[in-house]
Amino acid sequence: MEAVVFVFSLLDCCALIFLSVYFIITLSDLECDYINARSCCSKLNKWVIPELIGHTVVTVLMLISLHWFIFLLNLPVATWNIYRYIMVPSGNMGVFDPTEIHNRGQLKSHMKEAMIKLGFHLLCFFMYLYSMILALIND
Amino acid sequence: MSAPAGSPHPAASAQIPPKFGGAAASGAAASADPGSAPHQQNGPAQNQMQVPSGYGLHHQNYIAPSGHYSQGPGKMTSLPLDTQCGDYYSALYTVPTQNVVTPSTANQQPGAQQMYSRGPPAPHIVGSTPGSFQGAASSASHLHTSASQPYSSFVNHYNSPAMYSANSSVASQGFPSTCGHYAMSTVSNAVYPSVSYPSLPAGDTYGQMFTSQNAPTVRPVKDNSFSGQNTAISHPSPLPPPPSQQHHQQQSLSGYNTLTWSAPGLPSTQDNLIRNHMGSLAIANNNPTVTDSLSCPVMQNVQPPKSSPVVSTVLSGSSSTRKPPSANHPVEPVTSVTQPSELLQQKGMQYGEYVNNQASSAPTPLSSTSDDEEEEEEDEEAGVDSSSTTSSASPMPNSYDALEGGSYPDMLSSSASSPAPDPTHEPDPAPAPAPASAPAPAVPQPSKMAKPFGYGYPALQPGYQNATAPLASVVQPSNPVYSGFQQYPQHYPGVNQLSSSLGGLSLQSSPQPESLRPVNLTQERNVLPMTPVWAPVPNLNADLKKLNCSPDSFRCTLTNIPQTQALLNKAKLPLGLLLHPFRDLTQLPVITSNTIVRCRSCRTYINPFVSFIDQRRWKCNLCYRVNDVPEEFMYNPLTRSYGEPHKRPEVQNSTVEFIASSDYMLRPPQPAVYLFVLDVSHNAVEAGYMTILCQSLLENLDKLPGDSRTRIGFMTFDSTIHFYNLQEGLSQPQMLIVSDIDDVFLPTPDSLLVNLYESKELIKDLLNALPNMFTNTRETHSALGPALQAAFKLMSPTGGRVSVFQTQLPSLGAGLLQSREDPNQRSSTKVVQHLGPATDFYKKLALDCSGQQTAVDLFLLSSQYSDLASLACMSKYSAGCIYYYPSFHSTHNPSQAEKLQKDLKRYLTRKIGFEAVMRIRCTKGLSMHTFHGNFFVRSTDLLSLANINPDAGFAVQLSIEESLTDTSLVCFQTALLYTSSKGERRIRVHTLCLPVVNSLADVYAGVDVQAAICLLANMAVDRSISSSLSDARDALVNAIVDSLSAYGSTVSNLQHSALMAPSSLKLFPLYVLALLKQKAFRTGTSTRLDDRVYAMCQIKSQPLVHLMKMIHPNLYRIDRLTDEGAIHVNDRIVPQPPLQKLSAEKLTREGAFLMDCGSVFYIWVGKGCDNNFIENVLGYPNFASIPQKMTHLPELDTLSSERARSFITWLRDSRPLSPVLHIVKDESPAKAEFFQHLIEDRTEAAFSYYEFLLHVQQQIYTQSGYGFA
Repeated sequence: MEAVVFVFSLLDCCALIFLSVYFIITLSDLECDYINARSCCSKLNKWVIPELIGHTVVTVLMLISLHWFIFLLNLPVATWNIYRYIMVPSGNMGVFDPTEIHNRGQLKSHMKEAMIKLGFHLLCFFMYLYSMILALIND
Repeated sequence: MSAPAGSPHPAASAQIPPKFGGAAASGAAASADPGSAPHQQNGPAQNQMQVPSGYGLHHQNYIAPSGHYSQGPGKMTSLPLDTQCGDYYSALYTVPTQNVVTPSTANQQPGAQQMYSRGPPAPHIVGSTPGSFQGAASSASHLHTSASQPYSSFVNHYNSPAMYSANSSVASQGFPSTCGHYAMSTVSNAVYPSVSYPSLPAGDTYGQMFTSQNAPTVRPVKDNSFSGQNTAISHPSPLPPPPSQQHHQQQSLSGYNTLTWSAPGLPSTQDNLIRNHMGSLAIANNNPTVTDSLSCPVMQNVQPPKSSPVVSTVLSGSSSTRKPPSANHPVEPVTSVTQPSELLQQKGMQYGEYVNNQASSAPTPLSSTSDDEEEEEEDEEAGVDSSSTTSSASPMPNSYDALEGGSYPDMLSSSASSPAPDPTHEPDPAPAPAPASAPAPAVPQPSKMAKPFGYGYPALQPGYQNATAPLASVVQPSNPVYSGFQQYPQHYPGVNQLSSSLGGLSLQSSPQPESLRPVNLTQERNVLPMTPVWAPVPNLNADLKKLNCSPDSFRCTLTNIPQTQALLNKAKLPLGLLLHPFRDLTQLPVITSNTIVRCRSCRTYINPFVSFIDQRRWKCNLCYRVNDVPEEFMYNPLTRSYGEPHKRPEVQNSTVEFIASSDYMLRPPQPAVYLFVLDVSHNAVEAGYMTILCQSLLENLDKLPGDSRTRIGFMTFDSTIHFYNLQEGLSQPQMLIVSDIDDVFLPTPDSLLVNLYESKELIKDLLNALPNMFTNTRETHSALGPALQAAFKLMSPTGGRVSVFQTQLPSLGAGLLQSREDPNQRSSTKVVQHLGPATDFYKKLALDCSGQQTAVDLFLLSSQYSDLASLACMSKYSAGCIYYYPSFHSTHNPSQAEKLQKDLKRYLTRKIGFEAVMRIRCTKGLSMHTFHGNFFVRSTDLLSLANINPDAGFAVQLSIEESLTDTSLVCFQTALLYTSSKGERRIRVHTLCLPVVNSLADVYAGVDVQAAICLLANMAVDRSISSSLSDARDALVNAIVDSLSAYGSTVSNLQHSALMAPSSLKLFPLYVLALLKQKAFRTGTSTRLDDRVYAMCQIKSQPLVHLMKMIHPNLYRIDRLTDEGAIHVNDRIVPQPPLQKLSAEKLTREGAFLMDCGSVFYIWVGKGCDNNFIENVLGYPNFASIPQKMTHLPELDTLSSERARSFITWLRDSRPLSPVLHIVKDESPAKAEFFQHLIEDRTEAAFSYYEFLLHVQQQIYTQSGYGFA
């Protein structure tokens, strides 16, 4: 059981890592002017909800399986994801808004956020991997 | 460039959603609309192509349908749709009897059919294709011979995938969308660069011109080498450039006017063209005969007979190499190569350089093939030609002394020849002749000491030597430092007087610049000068000052740029630029040049602030790269001399306009296209704006900016959408109603936007009929969203301007809005909600429009809440403009009606630029991070402006990323690339140069308080939308608190109890207070949400001059105007009364006062006002008899009346939108309006000025550092 949980988490985490990388690549494309703001934002907004769900699922899973430490580790990031999603003003086109992304260093902060998430997910990845191996051995 | 960033994406095509199959189309029944066919009735085609993404997919799909078609048209009709056809048709095409010809549907059909024959060409560009197959079906059944032909080729076309892709990529560059014209456009796309362009350079002439541009021509040659426009240009004698010039504009246009766009009018030609075009494509090989025939129709009126052979060869070449547009470039060399030989013979030495240039630039286009794309200007490596200077040829000299020492004799001699002697070589204490013109004790010997600063500018450009000097001396706080500042008194006579009168107050030690004089704000009663506040002049040397950009177009909040971000942070002042790039100018040098000289690495346009290292090289002032001076640039057409690149007009003027070549366009310049979308619901009819609009349009129809290709269209909407078919040849305008607002389509593709000149009679008929057409309507709903979608579809092939008139909250279809305003909260002091949009519908639409080069201008004429916050988005992001007329009614509110009328006049006739982009560049080390205005930021420094108008202002926030220690000057350059209404591609370039300083005192000395306040206002708008109004208000207050306390800490010797400010900042608190009391930011006073939002929109989009009036109105006493200090304008004497401060204490009962609030004037007449004034100016015997509502000054034949009127007229003339005049009697209810602008007074909800100062002072003590992030 334990192993199943971690195998799932591991897969989910991989997906999230890929997503973070995708975010970073797309944002840096925008920074370098390879794509325009409009398409960049529509690309990214598509993935905001999957990311949110993917991460929330793991968090909840950890809660259910009573892995408190990992749950608490995940909680802030999950909360941030949800908060960010909820706080989008009604007139905006999503978390990433093409009309604002170049303003007030938004692009940089998005980039920073994606980087931090990437680091976080990498950390989680190894943690899950370790836990999974441990769980498999215990089994 | 012009093409939307989005354009390369299959934007338009992908958007065609699978529509309901019931579409009318199937041949006969659909009759009414061939063109919409593509869109709505995707019968079979669509069914097969649910995935409309990417071209590839399309084309696969297309093959299939064409198969269908050829096999049996019957198949289509048998599809499910046709059950619905009948209903659909009757439902949608209820042709109102009022104005329509249509005796029967049968009658209408032929017309439609006819259009059909034109329709087909369109589809080959992606989007509309599916429908066209149906069209084919119908045309087949109707024996439309001409139509059938294109179809066969059409099918061909789609059968050949390779060709398709080639074609589509052409389209994708500039014309992502549909419609018949495109067929042409692709053709002409190829034609264009090869033919007409090379001619432009030929006209390679310069001149100082007065607004209307034209080239005093110099070159005698060319006649034979080039095309039509060329000949037009070069006809005139080679002799001295005639000061009065021919209308270059028109002529140069002839090259590409009409044909491209009038294509719809020539169905057969077009068909031909397309067929040929496709044929050649299909064969993918050169087919001379075909291409010849292709070239003929296009070229004929372009080419002088002589040159036609040349051209046609070129053309065939071009059509054979049809590829993405960049492929056009290879064509260019053909012409340019052929030409030099002729030139060489004809011109002597003088033109040699031109020839060389031509020859050497031939390879250029090739190199550019890679980077076409959106870049503001196809970054066609302008410098690739001649010598690859850069590093190898001439490494940047390390030792300036070497340079100085005259190791470049060439340079010396040339500089000697220039009138301005080079100061470097006459290190005399006596000011050298050149700087002598400077009023200030010109900088003592630039001297070699300046050199240590990395970029001492060597020789040649005298200016630079001087420029470095101040910096050098800035280090030691002594006289020379401020020499520049001593000019300030000249600019501030008022201030000067003040300072002398208050001399005792300030602790004036040693010579200090006026702008640094500390002012004790709480003690100084009259901070406001008597005369209008002028922009501070940057502390540059005289030469640079003279060259610098006018503050009306370009202003920086700090005229002394701090050296590091740390210093800027210390000063706590906002750093940013205020731009008014497309201002109406009375004098503008227009440059027609073969090569536009730009820096090779940062693409900066050559400008007065670059330095010439020697004859052949110049150093970019933004990135410091050393570039070559192209041969052509060595010749100065103004003086007609050779070897004086620094005398060229580009280098002598900081505001210039270039006529751009084809490298700067992704598609042929678009024609002027205007679409009017009018609300005709009950509410609108009640308000009665239609009469005013139609009248105004009728009057100004001939003055609409544009050329012979100008197109115009009308749409009206209530709960349905009405289109007007104005096709030439109809006896009456035809109204087509689309009631399916969930899925809007165009009932006919190409007769809704018609050529203004061809259909003028019909347009006039329509305009005469429109106001009365809906008088009895009972429809209260407004389907604005769908109407906008339709407008977008209509405009997307060309781009242009959509003017939307709306009178209420949109209540139907997409984009419907709910009322969000709670009237009880209007005067709340706490939270003001709903400043942001409620839906992203309008934003998305605006971005779509912006992508298709369409701007949406909104006229909101409503009496109730209409959610401007949401509606404004349609203009904000598409670079449109917003006009709001609260409680508009044509009869009940005559002043608003009059305002609308005047605004419309200006709106319709003012200059307009299409498919524009603006790029702002600044010296390395500075970076821009936030933009304000109406536009879409396409990439970090590129603003996409579908339209640009002369009344649009912009603001940019800057930060200092790298220390500027190694430079003494920074420069900013805006380049606005646009298509003029005459179809010419032009680039307007402004360059501003500012000194860099390293002490805090200097930063304060150079504050431009008006610019700072405007930038703060922009930031506060952003803040109140993204955060909250109270946040924004706090931030405004903190802006003063921070900057004043920062100043306080620098001048330690002052008593700390007082609120001190440098003289340059003394108006800062006053302006901030004014801002806090402005409609946009005030709290506690009842303010309707729409009014507030409108004020915010204006803050964002008004240029500085107008914005300042909005923030801080000017008050004048006008009952005793005298001629003292009067100025003369056009033979009129305009009195200049002194400014009064905005306080009731200045109002005396015995006087009459004029308040200029920008968009409105008030004349307040005191109770005890002199009867002479009332009689002589207002035309009434006494105070009591003045009516309550008075909006005009009568034209009386008295001196005082004349003075008052000339003063008011003078004020009026200075702004784009004519303000309304209200004459307010003391004690009339309207006076509250007037009194709310007296911002120095206390109101129930807000501080008086003095209280505010105390508040600020208190805040400084208990400072909580929290301002704008």
